[in-house]
Amino acid sequence: MSAPSAGTMPCEISFVVNGEQRTVRAHPMERLLDVLRQQLSLTGTKEGCGEGECGACSVLLDGLIVNSCLIPVLQAKGTEVVTIEGLGADDRLHALQKAFLECGGAQCGICTPGMILAATHLLNKNPRPKLQDIREGLAGNLCRCTGYMQIIEAVIAAAHESPTP
Amino acid sequence: MNHEPIIGTAVPRKEGQNKVTGKAQYVDDMVLPNMLYGATVRSQIPRGRIKNIKFSPGINWSEFVVVSAKDIPGKNCISLIMDDQPCLAQEAVNHPEEPILLLAHRDRYVLAKAVEAVSIDYEPLPTVFTIEDSERCSEIIWGSNNTFKTYLVTKGDVDSVWKDAAYIVEGEYTTGAQEQLYIENNGMIASCDAGQGITVWGSLQCPYYVHKALMALCNLTADKVRVVQMETGGAFGGKEEYPSMIAAHAALLAVKSGCPVKMIYDRMEDMVATTKRHPSRTRHRTALSKDGKILGGEIEFIIDGGAYCTLSPVVLSRGTIHAGGSYFWPSVRIRAKAVATNVPPHGAFRGFGAPQSLFALERHMDHIAEVVGLSSVEIRRRNFLKPGQTTTTDQVVREEIDLNKLLDRALELSDYHKKRMSFSQNNTSGATRRGMGIAAFLHGAGFTGSGERYLSSVVGVEGGADGRLRVLVSSTEFGQGTKTVLSQIAAEALGLRYEDVTVAQADTTEVPNSGPTVASRTAMIVGKLVQLAALGIRQTLFSSGILKESYSPEEFRIACQNYVAAHGPFRSWSHYEEPKGVFWDDEKYRGEAYAAFAWAVYIAEVAVDMVTYSVSVEDFVALQEVGKVLHPVLAQGQIIGGIAQAIGFALYENVAWQNGRMQNGQMTNYIMPTSADLPPIRVYFEELGNVHGAFGAKGIGELPMDGPAPAIVNAVKDALGVNFNSIPLLPEDIFHALAAKGEEAYLKGVK
Repeated sequence: MSAPSAGTMPCEISFVVNGEQRTVRAHPMERLLDVLRQQLSLTGTKEGCGEGECGACSVLLDGLIVNSCLIPVLQAKGTEVVTIEGLGADDRLHALQKAFLECGGAQCGICTPGMILAATHLLNKNPRPKLQDIREGLAGNLCRCTGYMQIIEAVIAAAHESPTP
Repeated sequence: MNHEPIIGTAVPRKEGQNKVTGKAQYVDDMVLPNMLYGATVRSQIPRGRIKNIKFSPGINWSEFVVVSAKDIPGKNCISLIMDDQPCLAQEAVNHPEEPILLLAHRDRYVLAKAVEAVSIDYEPLPTVFTIEDSERCSEIIWGSNNTFKTYLVTKGDVDSVWKDAAYIVEGEYTTGAQEQLYIENNGMIASCDAGQGITVWGSLQCPYYVHKALMALCNLTADKVRVVQMETGGAFGGKEEYPSMIAAHAALLAVKSGCPVKMIYDRMEDMVATTKRHPSRTRHRTALSKDGKILGGEIEFIIDGGAYCTLSPVVLSRGTIHAGGSYFWPSVRIRAKAVATNVPPHGAFRGFGAPQSLFALERHMDHIAEVVGLSSVEIRRRNFLKPGQTTTTDQVVREEIDLNKLLDRALELSDYHKKRMSFSQNNTSGATRRGMGIAAFLHGAGFTGSGERYLSSVVGVEGGADGRLRVLVSSTEFGQGTKTVLSQIAAEALGLRYEDVTVAQADTTEVPNSGPTVASRTAMIVGKLVQLAALGIRQTLFSSGILKESYSPEEFRIACQNYVAAHGPFRSWSHYEEPKGVFWDDEKYRGEAYAAFAWAVYIAEVAVDMVTYSVSVEDFVALQEVGKVLHPVLAQGQIIGGIAQAIGFALYENVAWQNGRMQNGQMTNYIMPTSADLPPIRVYFEELGNVHGAFGAKGIGELPMDGPAPAIVNAVKDALGVNFNSIPLLPEDIFHALAAKGEEAYLKGVK
C-alpha cells in the first residue's frame, strides 16, 4: 500500500467497468485496485502482495491482463476494465468459472478471481493452448493451495467447452 | 433407504460458487460504519530494553488512538500454552518486529506515515540466533536454560546394540524456516460494545484459540467475546496461533477508540512479523546388522522456537514421534528439544515438525544404504514396519499396511528401475544430470497421545425450519474442503442429498468447540462426530413417530420441517470419546501416539542443470494409503498442493536472516513455485479404511508435506553422487559442494 502522492488533487476519472460507464473521484496515483475495491465495491479483486508478484489483483484492462495494484487509476482513464464480477454471475457462469468448480481449481479462493481472469486472457489469445502455454500463461498468478494442476485441468476443460476457433 | 453414495464422489465445493464469482467475503472485503484502520509499531532490534518512545513532530498525534501495554485490561499475554508471549512489549523486546504500540486512524495512508514517525530508544542486550548458540547458553534469553521443552523417548536397550553392530552410521541434517505464504495476508476487524463485549471477524483457523486469548487479555467472560471466521484465503498453520495476536491488537484499539478497527497486514509485515516453520537440526547415530537391519539408534531432534514458547512444545512432539518414520526400531533413544532464539516465534505450518524429522530420517536411510552397500529400495524393504510390530513409542501397528507392496507399486508407477539405469548411463556427459529419489513415510492423524481427550470436542447438527440440516462446528474452511466433506458425511450418514446439509459459519456464538482446525483431524475426528450428531437428529425424528424406519430424503426433509414447526429448531450433540484400549503415557512419551497413520511412498525424478546448478523436479509419483477417500477431487487437491509447498521447502524457499529479521519479506525475493516450475504430480491412493474415522477416513492434509523434500534431495544425490543434508538446497549450495569436491569436469562447464 502506497500513499497517493502529496500535492496532487483528486480528479474525476471515467472508465468502463464490466460494461458500465463509471466516474470516480480519486487521486491520479491511487491504485486501480483500491478504487475498484473501495469506491466501486468490487471486492472480488484481491490484494496479495501489493507489488505485482502474485497476480491476485489481476483485472483485464482493454483486454490485457494487468496487476491492478500497479496501475495508477489515471492510467485507467478511458479504458475498459473487466473484473471477476463482470465475467459471469451465479445464473450465467463463464465456462472457466464452471471448470474451476468442477476440476477443483479453487481451494481457498483468494487467488481464484485473478487466476480466472488470467486464464480468460490466455484463452482469448490462444483458444487451444498446449500444456506449456498454460503453465507459462498462468505463471504470473501465484496459488499456494493447489499446486496448479487442477487449475491447469480447468483451463483445458474450459478450452474444450468453447467452440472451435 | 437406498440412495446414491455421496462419500467418495466429487460433489461441488459448498462455497465454490462464491469463490469463482468473487462474492466470497474475506475480512478485508468487510467494511463497518465509522471504522478506523489499525497499525502496529514494532521493535527494530532483536533484543533490548525499551528506554524511551518518541512521537516525532509533523504528525497531528491528537487524531490518533494510541494503545500501549498499559491499556490492557487483563493479562498482557497471548494465552496459549505457556502464556509467556506479551501482547505488547512493555519493558523489553526479545525479537525484531515485536509489537510495542498500536495506532488507529480513519485514513490508512496517514496511519502508515505515523508508524514511521514513532521512534524508540533501546538499550540493546546480547542476542542468540542459532540453535547452537542457544544450546551453549552463552546468553540466557528465556527461562533458565533457553529451553522451552524436552522429550525423551526410549525403547529397548539401545546402549547394548553398538558392540554387535556391523555398521554404525551417523549423520546430521538441517532444515530451514519456511513461510506459509497464504495469498491472503493476516487480517482482523474488531468492534466493542459496552453491553455485548468484543466481537472480532477475521482470517483464522481456530476460533476458540482467539476466544481464549481475548478472554484473558480483556478480562472478559466467555459470553462477552465473540469470534467469527470470515472466508479465509489460505492458512497452512500460519493462521493457527498468530490471529490471536492480531485479534488482541484490533480489540484493544476498538476498546480504546470506541470504533470498529480493521487491521490488515501488508505482505512485508505478514512475512517478517508472523510465524514460520521451525528450523531444525537432527542427528542420527544408527547401529545396523551386516544385512542392513536397524538394531537401534540414537536420534537427537532440535527445533528453533524463536523468542517465545507459542506452539513449540506441540510441534516438537509431532516431530519427535515421527523421527523414527515408517521403520521398525528394536531399540531407540530420541532426545528432543525446542530452544529459544531472538527471532520472531516460529509456529504451526502443515506437517508441524514431521517434515523436519522425516527429512532427516529419509536422507539418513539413503546414507545407510550407501554405507551398507544396499540400494535405496532394499534398505527400506528390510526395515519397514509390519503389522504387529511397534513404533518408536511402542504403539502396535494394527492397520494391515503392507509397505513393501506400496513401495513396489510406486516403483512401477514411476518406472524407477528403468529410468535409473538410463540416467546412470547418460549422466557422464551433457548439460543435465538426472536422478531418482525415494521417501517412505507416515503421518499420524489427529492430536498426539492424550491430545484429543483433552480437547474433548463437541459437534452439533441442527434441524432447521426448511427441513434441512446445519452442521455446527468450529472447524474452519480455508481451502481444504471442510464444509464440503462434513456435509457429505452428514448427508451420507442419514441417506440425504448433499444439498440437504449446510455448515454454519464458524461463529463462537453459534458453534460449539469442535477443536482447532489443525493436525489432519477434521475429516477423521470431527467428521466422525458429525456422523454421530447427524444420527441423533434422525433418532429424535424416529422417537417422535414423525419419521418411518424407511424414508426418502424428501420424506426426511418434510419430517424435519414438521418437527420444527411443532417444537422449534432442534439440535443433536456429539462428544469425543476416546477409543477403548488406548494407552498413552505423557510422562514417558509411550503408547498410542495416534489413532491412525496415513502411509506413503513418494518418488521424485529430478534434473540438475550443470550450467546454472538449478534443480527441477521432472516427474513426481505420490502413492498413499489414507483410509477412505471421501472426495476424490479435494483429496487430490490436498496432496498436490502439499507436494507443491514441499517442493518449495526443498528447493526454493529460503528465509534470509540478518540479526534475527527476515530480509526477504517480499514475494519478489522469497521464491515459491509458480505454474511454470512444477512437474506433473501424479497422485495415487490405496484405501484400507480406518475404524476411527468417518466412513473410514484418515487425515490427509499434512502427509504430502513430509515426503517430497527428502525424495528430491535423495534424487539429487542419485544424479550428482553428492550428499546434501540441508534444505533449502539452492543452486549455490550445489555449486559450492561440487567445487569443494573438486569436480573439475563440472566446474569448467559442460560443452
